[in-house]
This record gives sequence, C-alpha cells and structure tokens, in this order.
Amino acid sequence: MAEIRITEVAKRFGSTTALHSIDLTIADREFLVLLGASGCGKTTLLRIVAGLETATAGEVHIDGKRVDTLAPKDRGIAMVFQNYAVFPHLTVFENIAFGLRMENMPQQEVDRRVNRTAELMHIEFLLKRYSGQLSGGQRQRVAVARALAMEPAVILMDEPLSNLDALLRMEMRAELKSVLAESDTTTIYVTHDQVEAMSMADRIAIMQGGRIVQAASPVEVYRNPAAHFVGSFIGNPPMNFLTAKNAGKARWTVGGTTIDGPASQQATLQFAIRPEDLHLGDGGFKATVVVIEPLGPHTLVACKVEDQMFRVILESDTRVAPNDVIGIVPQPDRVRWFDPETELAVAGRQAA
Amino acid sequence: MNPRALPYILLAPATFFLCAFFLYPFLLVAWQAIATDEGELTTQYLSEMFTHWKFNTALTNTFWLVLAVVPIQVALSLLMATLVTKMQKGRDMVLYIWTIPLGISDLAAGLIWLTIFEQTGFLNSLLTNVGAIKEPIAFLGYESKGTIFLAVVLAEIWRATAIMLVILVAGMGLIPKEYDEAAQVFGASRWQRFIKVTLPLLKPSLQTALILRVILAFEVFAVVVALAGTNLPVLMSEVYNRQFDMQDTHVAAAFALLILVISVACTLVIMRALRTPKGASL
Amino acid sequence: MNKIASTITSPERHGVVGGEQRLVRIAFAITVIVLCLWVLIPIWLLIANTFSTPEEVNGFPKRFFPSFDTESVEFFLGFYGVGKALWNSIVVATLTMIMSIGIGAPAGYALSRFEFRGKSTFRILVLMTRAFPLPLLALPMAVLFLRVGLDDTVFALALVHTTLALPFAVLITFSLFSGVPIELEEAAWTLGCTRMKAFRKVILPLVLPGISASAIFAFVVSWNEVFAAAVLTIEHRTLPAFLLQSLDVAPLHLKFAGGAMLVVPALIFIFMVRKYLFAMWGIANR
Repeated sequence: MAEIRITEVAKRFGSTTALHSIDLTIADREFLVLLGASGCGKTTLLRIVAGLETATAGEVHIDGKRVDTLAPKDRGIAMVFQNYAVFPHLTVFENIAFGLRMENMPQQEVDRRVNRTAELMHIEFLLKRYSGQLSGGQRQRVAVARALAMEPAVILMDEPLSNLDALLRMEMRAELKSVLAESDTTTIYVTHDQVEAMSMADRIAIMQGGRIVQAASPVEVYRNPAAHFVGSFIGNPPMNFLTAKNAGKARWTVGGTTIDGPASQQATLQFAIRPEDLHLGDGGFKATVVVIEPLGPHTLVACKVEDQMFRVILESDTRVAPNDVIGIVPQPDRVRWFDPETELAVAGRQAA
Repeated sequence: MNPRALPYILLAPATFFLCAFFLYPFLLVAWQAIATDEGELTTQYLSEMFTHWKFNTALTNTFWLVLAVVPIQVALSLLMATLVTKMQKGRDMVLYIWTIPLGISDLAAGLIWLTIFEQTGFLNSLLTNVGAIKEPIAFLGYESKGTIFLAVVLAEIWRATAIMLVILVAGMGLIPKEYDEAAQVFGASRWQRFIKVTLPLLKPSLQTALILRVILAFEVFAVVVALAGTNLPVLMSEVYNRQFDMQDTHVAAAFALLILVISVACTLVIMRALRTPKGASL
Repeated sequence: MNKIASTITSPERHGVVGGEQRLVRIAFAITVIVLCLWVLIPIWLLIANTFSTPEEVNGFPKRFFPSFDTESVEFFLGFYGVGKALWNSIVVATLTMIMSIGIGAPAGYALSRFEFRGKSTFRILVLMTRAFPLPLLALPMAVLFLRVGLDDTVFALALVHTTLALPFAVLITFSLFSGVPIELEEAAWTLGCTRMKAFRKVILPLVLPGISASAIFAFVVSWNEVFAAAVLTIEHRTLPAFLLQSLDVAPLHLKFAGGAMLVVPALIFIFMVRKYLFAMWGIANR
C-alpha cells in the first residue's frame, strides 16, 4: 500500500510563503497530477515529498510511515527530473542500473530489470550508448526507465515532457500513461499543461498561490470547477464569465436577458459557461460578432455581449460574418455561478 | 552530520589558510614598516626609504615602465582579442600560441630577451649579418640606460600581454554578435562598431584585465634583473635587495607597503573609471 | 537561395566590393602570422642557445640554427646545485598542487552548491587576493617562518605558493562544479546515494579533467615563481631562485640552459591543459 498522506505541509523561503498548509491524500496506485502556472508551488510540493526540500511545517507519510525526516534514498521513491538528469559519464545501461547498483543487487537481477524497462520504454537498442549521443526524447525515456527499474512504491515526475516538441509530447503522454497504469506505483506528476493533466490524471490537484484550489477527477474539474481560477485555467478556449445582477427570487439579469440562478441575497454573481455549451437561437444573449476562426472540426466565434468578450463554439458550417448580431442560448444545466469576491463556486439551480 | 554546517566545514580550511597566510601577513608587512622590533610606532623606516639615493630612481623607473608597457598592452591585447574572435579556422592553434607566455616565468622571459639583446646576442648578430653595423652594440651596457629600458619594455610586452588577452577574449565571447550586426545594419563602420559597441560592452572585462595587469606591473622584478642587473632599479628589486642582501627587513617592508598602497590606489582608480552603471551591462 | 540568405544575414561578408574584401583578409592574415612569429621566435632563440655549444653561445655572431649540441645542457645539469634546485622546484610545485586543490576544491564546491551567511564575505576575501601583490607576502612570512623554525624549507615556500594558487583553485573549481547541474546529484540521491557517494560516483568523474587541469596550472604557477622563492630559500633553493641568485656570476650558456629548463616543462604542461587554460583564466576573473 503506497498511499501518500500530506498533512498541513507549509514551506516558507525567508519572508515568502511558497506553500500554505497543504492537505492531500493520494490513494495507492493513483495517478495524481499537480497542475498550475509557474510559481504556484507545485514543484516545491513535489520536492518536499521527494525529500529534496524540507517542509517548514507539516508531515508527509508514505505507506503509513512518516518520511519527512528521511533522506530521499530511504523514502521508497523514484524521480524523473525536468531536464532528465541522465548521467553523462555512464552508458544508458549503467544509467538505468544506477539505483540497482546502489542496492548491491546481483548482476542477474540487474540485467533482468534493465532489459525489461528498456524494452518497456523502447530503448533496448540504445543500451550501449552515452547520453551525449541521444536525442532529448531518448534521454527522457532513459530517465523514466531508470525510475521504473527501481520498482518503487512511488514515482515522482517533475514536468518530464515540457522540454519535448509538441508532437513527441503527445506520443509520450499516451506511452507514459499506459506504462504507469501497468506498474504498481503511485504517481505524482507535476505540469503546467492542462491538456497533459486532463489526459493522464486519475485526479488533478489544481494549485494557485501555494494552495490547492480543487482536487478532483478531470471530468469533475472540467464540469464543476470549484473556483473562477479553475474554470479559466482548464479548457481551451477558457470559460466565459459575465457579471449577473440579482433580479430577485432566484432570477438574474445577465447579457440582456433574465435567467434562473442561485437563491442568493448577493447583489451580483459571476455567470459562467463554456463556449461549447451555447447554441444559436432566440431567447438568449444578443452578441455582436467580432472574429470568426474556422478551426476545422468547429468554428470559434469571438463576439461581444454587453461590451464583454465572449467565445462561442458553433458548427463548422455556421454562416456568420463580423458585425452580425446573433442570438446565443446557454444550455441551462451547464451554467455555473461564482461569487465575485471569494471567486468560489456557488451552487446553482441545478448541480451537473 | 548537520547538513547546515556542511558548507562551513568545507569552507573552513580555505578561510583559515587565507586568513593565516594572506590577511595576517599583510597586516604584518604594514606593521613591520611602521614599527620597530620593540613595538614602537615610528616613521624612521619610511623616511629611510624616501631619503635613500636610489629611491627616486626606483620609483620613477617603475612608474615609467608601467606607463610605457600597460597602454601598449591594452591596445595590443584588444587587437589580438578582436582578431582571434573573428577567426574560424586555426583559431585554437593561434590562441594556444598567443597564450604560451602565460606559462613562462618572468625570469625565463627575461632570459629569453637576454639572448636577443645581449652583446653577443641575436639582435646584434642579425644587424651584423645584414651589414647594418660593423661592431656589436652594447644594448644592455651601463651607459645605455635608454636601450635597457626599451629592452625591458619589449620583454614585458612580450611576456604579459597574454594575461590581458585571455580575459578580453573571454569577455568578447560573452557579447552576443547581434549587437554588432545591428550596428552594421544601422550603418556603423568597422571602427565605429568597435568604439561604440564592442568596447563599452567589454568594460567589465577591461576593468578586471587592467587591474590585474597594473598590479602585476608594479611588481616587475625578475625581467629587470635578468636584463639589466642592477642598472635599472625598480621598487621590487629594492625590496629584494633590502630583504635578502642587506637583511634590512623593516625598510624592505616599507618598500613593500609602498607598492601595496600604490596597487590599492590604482585598483580603486581603475574601478571608478571603468565602472558601469547598474543595468547598463550585458 | 542560400547565397541570397547568406547575403542578408551577414552583410559584412558580401557587402563590400570583392577587391577590398580580399585586401582586408590579407591584412588580417598577415597580422595574425606576424603576431604568432612575435611569440614563437624569441622562444626558439632561447632553445637555439640551449642546444649550442658553450663556445657558440658566448661567440659572435650567432646563427639562427644552432649546431644541436647538448654540451651546454650537460654542463648545466652537471653544475653544482642545479640538480638539487630542480628537485626542490618539483617538490614545492607538487606540494602546492596538492594543497591548493585539496583546500580549494571543497571551498569551490561549497560556493557552488550552498547559500549561506558569509558567502559573499568569503567571495570578497578571495577577490581581494587579486588586488594585492602576493609575492610581497614572502617578507613577513620570512619572519614568521624563522620564528617557527620553518625557514628555508620547501614546505614553507609551498605554503606561500599555495596562497598564490589558492584563489585560482577556488574560483576554477567553483565554476567547474557550477557547470554540473545539481539535478544530477539529486537524481543520485533519489537512487540510493548518500551525499558523499553521489559526489564520488557522479560529480567527480565529470569534473576530474577540469580539476586535473587546474592542478597542473597550480604546479606551473609554483614552478615559475621567482620572488618569494628567492627570498625564502637559501640552502633549498628552487630553480628560479637558483638562477636569479647566480645571474651575476653564471656564464651565459648556463643562464640560457637554465631558462630553457624553466620554459620547456611549462610549455608542455600548458599545451596539455590548453582547453581548460582559457576557460580557467576567463572564468576566474569573475
């Protein structure tokens, strides 16, 4: 059981706080992604779990054992670094075998494990080469193989794909996901790329300013963002936001029409809806078309609703032109509401 | 072992060494120059130094040497650095050749140029062979102070330009060539680009190179002794004579203190003159 | 297509009319060659003198190409005190090499990997050594060594030479270690290494060439040093000290053979480390 429990972990560097009291439990064999922009604290949190940083407060337990006082080598973890950290002076074989040699494993076992993981990562033909002779993508595979060969309880990955080109990144995403699903490990994966997060994670923990804003499955995070930040960070193009004024009796005026909403006493709320959850029609918002982007599978229309930018995804054969005034209707069960001050989600008339 | 103590443990030997064998001796030199063996403060050693008949000669010789050598070296090393930066093929070989003098002791350099300027030396041989002179000239003779000076200047330029060269080449390597290309596009001539783009961006390296070279220049010793013997007194040779031949450690310390003070003063002047305002460097 | 592209991207290459361009290139080449000869010929002349017979050395006029006789060299090596001086030079230089790297490398590592209070103070201390004429140290050290009973020993001179070489050793090892990404060490820690083991198995193999080069450089610095050697040693003179003190009385062929003895090992060593020499001096100035 390699469950990871992070309790009230905080990290301060001098006067700056990188992490504010983080609580997170990662189930055995779960693939958890720490997602956020640079500076949100995700890498710091990963490094604290790894033992490469010491937390200012809080505890970390792996498999029921308290580890935050232990050196990295005693925590049962393996790590894949952003710049791969493949040792330049050793062959690929010796790189993958490095951790095994530190454990004084017998040669037979070393051979077995190295060959197995090399095959898994499709680099068995590179075993005799040195890292200087490898491409970036190949080095990355060596780094993953090296971690896998340890057969660790926990694998930690620090933005392993961010230095690869776009096409390679897409291929490696799928490969990594299947390789890690088959292995017995719990994975914590750090990235700033929300597509990576959505495609690979069992659960995503979205971080901002040293705090976890929401930790839930990809679909849940997409459909029911817990905060304004999540809604705008996840999804491309991002969620649309409009200010809605209270019209009394759970009715709200937004975008020139009045719709049903939460039963709140607040003067204003933030109305939110994803671009794909609107369609052309009457009875909705009046929008003036600004830019049309025919993307192929669909057309992205940027328009203005009451002087605010609004994006709608319409059928690819939609015929609209700039300065047209169109009516767009939100799908009622996909409408989301946020408090304008706390930025947290407010329960609407319907939960998705 | 406490991990927080680790950097201090690693640093301790070097810190101790530098304090014991660098800071402390310098304080001692200053002390020896201004205090008697009994510990009384006195200016007798300093005044003995200043009033000695050789003092003025040594001081002026040293200053003239520095003034003659350093500017030429600055120009020469700038030229060499520019040339080598623009080279493509053969660059490594040329750079190695030009930095050979770095590995040559100043005594050896003096001896090398002795083979040239010596009365039976190669310069005389060359001049005789082409028929320019009938008899060998005593370049380093007692009377020809001028040629002695020239010989020392040549030897110093030959020996020590590499020191500045290496620092300048490294500094030039740091300048992205986009700046020069932009200047080209905007119509600057080769000379203008050098003066207005390269040189200003080279200021930090120039500063370092100049400080290093000037300090070393005031220490000039073995080259002079090898070429001129006692015919060209300089400050450092006075220090050596006092300490070694005359066993007069206090006056030697006085001379040393003088060299020290001059070096520090020059360092400060150069630092001031060549400083770049914050944000204006690469 | 390529030609057009290169015209646009390197105005210098094609911007000037053909004939002028060629003239510039020729002047360039001539200057470089002249400067190379300027460095090489004097060295050759010293070597030429060394391999001349004593009569040729003292005779006149000199020929450019000597008779390749080893009589002068033999005379030099057989001269009283030379063998000992050579040996002393080797011992002092070796001691300097060991001490400066042994003391300087840990400091360089600490500077490159850790942030700690006093870091900038230490760096200033090291930089200050550049602003001061180090050979002058020999004077007070002479007094100190006398009191401690270390005067006129190779160890004492090695201590002074180490002071000379230590700042370089620290700065060079600092830049060497900084060139190894800390992720490599961190990866080793996650793969079962203690700090010490990670250093031995990962860092050391990667910095060994650079450290060897700076060790050789420390050796050369000590080998060449004249002033302190002359002041601090009498019975145990190093080669430069020996030569300096016999300058008045030694015959010409002795001086030149001695000079060659100083120069040739340094030339070889510098050639061996030429890749690093440049990096060392260039970086060591920061």
